[in-house]
Amino acid sequence: MLSNLGNIFVIIALLISFILIFFSLREFKTNNNLIPGKIFKFSLIQLFFSISSFVILLIAYIFSDFSLVNVFENSHTNKPLFYKISGTWGNHEGSLLLWINILVLFSTLFLFINKNRDKNFKILTLLFQNILIVIFLIFLLINSNPFSKLFPIPLEGLGLNPILQDPALAIHPPLLYVGFVGSSIYFSAALAALISKIDSRSLAISIKPWVLVSWFFQTVGILVGSIWAYYELGWGGYWFWDPVENSSLMPWFVMTALLHSILVLERRIGLYSWVIVLSILTFTMSVTGTFLVRSGILNSVHTFASDPSRGLFILSFLMVMIFYSIFIFFKYAPKENKQFRMFSKESFIIANNWFMIFFLAVVLIGTLYPVFLDTITGSKISVGPPYYNLILAPFLIPLLFLMTSGPNYKWISSEVKSFFNLVLVVSVTLFLITFFLIQENSFLLNLILFFSIYLVTQTLFDLYESLKRRNINISRIISHLGFGLLIFFIYVNHIFSIENNFNLKLGETKKTTHHIIKFDNLEEQSVKNYKSIVGHFSISDLKTLKSKELKPEIRVYDKPITITYEASIKSNLFSDTYLTMSNISDTDIFNIKFQVKPFMNFIWISVLLLSLGGILNFFNREKNEKN
Amino acid sequence: MKNIISSLLLFFFITSVSYGNEDVTDQILKNLRCLVCQGQTVSDSNSEFALIIKSVVKDKIKEGKSEKEIYNFLSDKYGDWILLNPPLKKNSYVLWFLPYLLFILGAIFLFFLLKKPKIRP
Amino acid sequence: MKKIKYILISILFSFLFIILYLSLDNEKIYNTQDLIGKKISEVEINLFQSNRTINTKELTNNEFTVLNFWASWCGPCRDEHPNLVRLSKIKNLKLIGINFKDNKDNAKTFLKENGNPFDLLAEDKDGKNSINFGVYGIPETILIDSELRILKKYIGPLNIKEVNEIRKIVKK
Repeated sequence: MLSNLGNIFVIIALLISFILIFFSLREFKTNNNLIPGKIFKFSLIQLFFSISSFVILLIAYIFSDFSLVNVFENSHTNKPLFYKISGTWGNHEGSLLLWINILVLFSTLFLFINKNRDKNFKILTLLFQNILIVIFLIFLLINSNPFSKLFPIPLEGLGLNPILQDPALAIHPPLLYVGFVGSSIYFSAALAALISKIDSRSLAISIKPWVLVSWFFQTVGILVGSIWAYYELGWGGYWFWDPVENSSLMPWFVMTALLHSILVLERRIGLYSWVIVLSILTFTMSVTGTFLVRSGILNSVHTFASDPSRGLFILSFLMVMIFYSIFIFFKYAPKENKQFRMFSKESFIIANNWFMIFFLAVVLIGTLYPVFLDTITGSKISVGPPYYNLILAPFLIPLLFLMTSGPNYKWISSEVKSFFNLVLVVSVTLFLITFFLIQENSFLLNLILFFSIYLVTQTLFDLYESLKRRNINISRIISHLGFGLLIFFIYVNHIFSIENNFNLKLGETKKTTHHIIKFDNLEEQSVKNYKSIVGHFSISDLKTLKSKELKPEIRVYDKPITITYEASIKSNLFSDTYLTMSNISDTDIFNIKFQVKPFMNFIWISVLLLSLGGILNFFNREKNEKN
Repeated sequence: MKNIISSLLLFFFITSVSYGNEDVTDQILKNLRCLVCQGQTVSDSNSEFALIIKSVVKDKIKEGKSEKEIYNFLSDKYGDWILLNPPLKKNSYVLWFLPYLLFILGAIFLFFLLKKPKIRP
Repeated sequence: MKKIKYILISILFSFLFIILYLSLDNEKIYNTQDLIGKKISEVEINLFQSNRTINTKELTNNEFTVLNFWASWCGPCRDEHPNLVRLSKIKNLKLIGINFKDNKDNAKTFLKENGNPFDLLAEDKDGKNSINFGVYGIPETILIDSELRILKKYIGPLNIKEVNEIRKIVKK
């Protein structure tokens, strides 16, 4: 029943896409200046059917309808309701349907919200967006249909991978999808802008809110993913430079570059073609990331059941998309002969883009190089965290410096400013204090710390200034502040992290340099969908003599049978105490990983600040438009 | 030439390789891929393979072997796939130098964008 | 100028796509291809029955040697055992079994039940020695020549095809 209904809805959505493509092609040729009402109506109907098909899948999951292969493979009646719901997008087929829903949602929203008067621009955006929708709907129907039927109907499902049964991971994919699938709308708009030749300011105004929204969701999505990795994977790390993580970071770099370039475009100073290239590149990177994650050509912690036929489809799509975009770009791109003054705000923004593209290139090279080397020469190498840290860390210094000084330069001017001012004095003082507290003797690390302090100090001064002048546009300040704090806390966290690995039996005690760890008790528990062994550990700090109780678990999930190691984390404002235990087979010895991770909460808060800046800008824009 | 470049690179960046107070064994284990796992490091894994590698690395440190000797030993036995920090050699020149090359190309491009005399005043 | 740019970019992307397309067929897991032709270490291995050790240097006396890592607790080892028995019948090939992290009595029973194809039986009690041979997971079989060079390295149970492959190499 649900299966048929779902299929019918998807097919209706597909048909409406064809109708919309047909209408927009016809409208494009007429001289009529208004978009006919039927296009709006059809777009709404398309949204309705597309969302309904997703709701049907959701219902199938909630009521555990195992006549759907997809539900059978990824759900189980024993699962808590929350994870039944999140199971909908915890697999390839379901998430593809979610992906299509976002394409359709953004297409409709753009049509209704965008106030641009150029009819051709809007019609063409709708056209390109619907081409994307058609392609993905066809992919869904022929290769990855979540509504495929199963007969005879099994009584019980196979269950959801336990490491996906987690609140952070349940909301992580929708956030990321809004982020990088959302970038499709400015991809379409960029191509439409080229053909309809709208001017730079209208283009900037048209795509800015969408860039802001997708950037915000991408940032928060990455944050939630990191938090998940931190407490679920049980290694105490939050970023592993894993190919799947890199796939979410690559579009983020381009979005960030785009976010800055639009400011230049908005003021008609230039960068028209460049903004279009970035818009195309963002969605290209999103699709590339999807390809890398789902084709299974990479070895990653975050496995997605992979299948070469999917990879082939996404790759072909990517290829057609890129070649078509390049073709349109070269055919329609206007000639620009803009020159920029050296010490103007716009040249600092260009410098930002230079760094973002460089970061993108590093991550892209690091991720793809092993694949290419393997294909060409057959030898396998690994590119892990050391590579990225080694190459990227030194470049943080000039980036932080540019972020500090850039924003205070004026548009289209060439006024050189003196660096010696109060801010620098305060920063140096703060740095010296930090230096004596930390006693870190690495030159590079000290430089990074200094420049992040410098950025934070400068933005705090800016914040004070702008509050004094009642300037409500503080989004840049908040975001830059967030970034400065992020870098600062990442490195301080790195310097002060303590990690001890050792083996312990029940009742034994281990003394490390700063702590005493006592293995007090072992207890067995049985919960709805898993059994677990809980260890009781008491940790006492040798300095403060305070004691903490930590209870890590080893869980055995029954559907499917999987063992997970749950870290126990005691978090206070300044520091996290982190403990995982794992049993060594055939013995009564447990391997204990004990970590103290200072400032973890500050890292998360910094990223929140960073993203908050983006969303503030979004609301600001609304205000400005109304005035 | 190759040695000069790599030693220069090392001299400049060495600080970021060996920072912190982590002990050497742990640092090494973090730079090794657990071959039987999915994208985990040896340090983070408790698989049979990782446990043996851990104890072997500990033994080698006790024997007084240097970090580099241990990496060489393991890559000799398992190939470069086990090293998360790809060593600088013929098959990784592109990997290590392309990013810098691109950065410099970007700089040259920007230089012309900013410096060229204005066509229209 | 514009045209040249267009063509160059198209060529670049075509190249990228061809590689990515080919990479879809890549083996994603660890393989031993890079290790072929390398020499195995000259290390001591403990013999199973006595307290004696032998050095792998002594294997240079054999024209070809097969080193097989196995254990009685490993299911696939049981499956591959008949193929090891087949290997043991090949002339100018010495078969060395290395018992991996095993209980001695269980290992003896295992050989009693399934036959002992090994010319020499050694053991690796704590598994550490296996790293010297680049062992990934047992069962694992390594074919070396008289200069201790690795000719073949098979991860997982040996199948009949691989037995024939070894037979061919040895006969040449």
